[in-house]
Amino acid sequence: MKKKRTQLFALGNEAVVEGALLAGCTFFAGYPITPSSEIMEVMAQRLPMEEDSVFIQMEDEIASMGAIIGASLAGRKVMTATSGPGFSLMQELIGYGCMVEAPMVIVNVMRGGPSTGLPTSPAQGDVQMARWGTHGDHPIIVLSASTVQQCLDMTITAFNFAEKYRTPVILLLDEVTAHTRERFELPFAEEYEVFSRITPSVPPEWFHPFQDSLRGVPPMPPLGAGYRVHVTGLTHDEMGFPTQRPEEIEEAISRLFRKIDQFYPDIMMVEEYKTEDAEVAVIAYGSVARSAHHAVDRAREEGVKAGLLELKTLFPFPRPQVVKLARRCKCLLVPEMNMGQMSREVKRVNNGITRVRTINRVDGRIITPTQILKNLTQI
Amino acid sequence: MAATKKGLTTVAIYPDWCKGCGLCAAFCPKKVFEMDPVAGKARVVNEEECVNCGFCELHCPDFAIVLSPKNTDTDSSNNPTAKAKP
Amino acid sequence: MSEVTQLIHHYLRHNKKFPHMLCAGCGHGILLGSLIRSVHNAGLSKDEVVVISGIGCSGRLAVYVDFNTIHTTHGRALTFATGIKMANPELVVIVLMGDGDALSIGGNHLIHAARRNIGVNAIILNNEIYGMTGGQCSSTTPQDCFSMTTPFGQLEKSFDIVDMALASGANFVARTTAFHAQLTDEVIGQALANPGFNLIEFFSPCHTQYGRKNKYKNAIAMYQDLKSKTMDVDKYKALEESKREGVMPIGVFLKRDDPALETRYAGVRAKLQEAKQKKAEAAKAAQAKPAKAKEPKPDKGAKGKETKQDKGDKA
Repeated sequence: MKKKRTQLFALGNEAVVEGALLAGCTFFAGYPITPSSEIMEVMAQRLPMEEDSVFIQMEDEIASMGAIIGASLAGRKVMTATSGPGFSLMQELIGYGCMVEAPMVIVNVMRGGPSTGLPTSPAQGDVQMARWGTHGDHPIIVLSASTVQQCLDMTITAFNFAEKYRTPVILLLDEVTAHTRERFELPFAEEYEVFSRITPSVPPEWFHPFQDSLRGVPPMPPLGAGYRVHVTGLTHDEMGFPTQRPEEIEEAISRLFRKIDQFYPDIMMVEEYKTEDAEVAVIAYGSVARSAHHAVDRAREEGVKAGLLELKTLFPFPRPQVVKLARRCKCLLVPEMNMGQMSREVKRVNNGITRVRTINRVDGRIITPTQILKNLTQI
Repeated sequence: MAATKKGLTTVAIYPDWCKGCGLCAAFCPKKVFEMDPVAGKARVVNEEECVNCGFCELHCPDFAIVLSPKNTDTDSSNNPTAKAKP
Repeated sequence: MSEVTQLIHHYLRHNKKFPHMLCAGCGHGILLGSLIRSVHNAGLSKDEVVVISGIGCSGRLAVYVDFNTIHTTHGRALTFATGIKMANPELVVIVLMGDGDALSIGGNHLIHAARRNIGVNAIILNNEIYGMTGGQCSSTTPQDCFSMTTPFGQLEKSFDIVDMALASGANFVARTTAFHAQLTDEVIGQALANPGFNLIEFFSPCHTQYGRKNKYKNAIAMYQDLKSKTMDVDKYKALEESKREGVMPIGVFLKRDDPALETRYAGVRAKLQEAKQKKAEAAKAAQAKPAKAKEPKPDKGAKGKETKQDKGDKA
């Protein structure tokens, strides 16, 4: 007999929690902020019940980041959740996380900005900040989700990427996705993969904590396991000690990039919908992708050969998939709830191959299927 | 603080580690140290006067002073590393 | 005393360059020695000790000792410590912060760590100045003193770290100075044995950046000053109000053993687990009872299934 999956009816935010728990998250630190607070509330309820799990509310978002990096170094799978203003505060420590290669997941439920902006309205204005928010040259993985089911799936993916590549992973939701209440299913244990960080197998005296390898991702011992590593935000050599030597600095920083770069095919996730014969393609992410999905269907009814490329990975930007589409289509349409942040990326990789049109909306309302449809039929 | 009598202690300075702050010379109750004006570092001049109070050893910011009993027997009871857990 | 320095050498990282990078006469080295001796005397292994530091001169201390060491960002050392202690309460967490770290950029974290009573030993190395960045005034620079950014004298009042820690709810509060290494050893030892948030203020003279601008001839003059103006806290309390001017009390100001946050959290978890277990048992009992009561009913198939499940559970 076929088993039935557990079905739940809940918010996107709650699905994030379910995903995190399935992925093995055992530590959450956060600070309340609309519209991400539900993640924290449900975590506060659930984590103390779970096996060996910790929930703590910190005094601000900076402290939340500090706490999760500390817990990550102590061997936990960690997460925090926030929204625009809190995300701004977190930036310094996201850079620290990149530098010391601490696996962690940061959920940013985007709301209208800048500054306090529109706490209860959706926007997608943090896209470039998620990529370039912290100072210094660094690689980072940014994911997004458009449905409640995807909130769960992408949270699991985010944890896996974080642990696999020892890097902070940012999950960008928007207020609409986070506050949509709909049905979703919990996958069976055999239906998803859970990846945990690799711990060193050599004795402590042989261990070089930041040594290069084929994968470029060094094993990570938890604190107290006998390895006595020095962890620093200063540029460090392969022993973890601060260095000023140009050759060591070069090696350290280029390895940070290479460990992400060489796994692009694994990391870049997109979903294509009716793109095989599309003449006009919509490139969208987050809740806008749902509107685009409807718009594509309706455009097809009206005889326009439309397709949708939904970006699940925002950064590293899925260049091959977008270029492939650009070569086939007459026009790419990029609707987003900002003044054009992802469309910059699309235009960059398009590099004159085809026409790129944008739809921008910054009034705190979602982009509707009708709005996209109007643009699709005009092209 | 085993011995408090004069003349029972050897005082050694690691010249490589001494930065010449002069704390030992200034606060030694028995004036065992002197600042070497050429090298800019402390040197031992009155070892016989040392009463093993331990001030210099505790207060040397650079861990450059070692006090040890004069008739140095090198058995393990004198070896601190044996006590320390790995 | 013969073993003091050798003991310290045993705990230093042998692949680091010595002498350390601190200036001649800097008190930070004395604290480092005290810390090592206290950890050794407490009988802790190197593996179970985590030393977390912030940014600045004090931040550089962590790299020299052979413990688990973390050099964090400016002011956030306590937040890392909170995460680590909650994630693994077995670890002994020691936080080294400068005055800028602990009171200016990280002031919020300090009072909240104290309020939370997280099981962390925080040592604030107070040199009354920003040493690493070139001698700018800090929130503990005394009024009317000079620095690079207060060339005409500091106008603002300075923080009293001990008062602040007492007010925010720390479990253990002490003050000591670079001139009192023995007291420092003792105080750190007491803190390591005490649960909850323990705070030690360690006065560490900085001649390079502070002394030079404030009419101290050399580092020794600053130590002499510490020697003359400090007084044991009990004696200080007995002193008349009018004679307290310019006297710095040192010693242990407060010691209590309120349960730490991680202990309280473990307590809540234990309660929840117990309730969960009871609920599961009650559900089991409830499942068994109606099965018996339903015996005369013809629904045999269902009953058979239930007993099978029970057996499965037990297996």
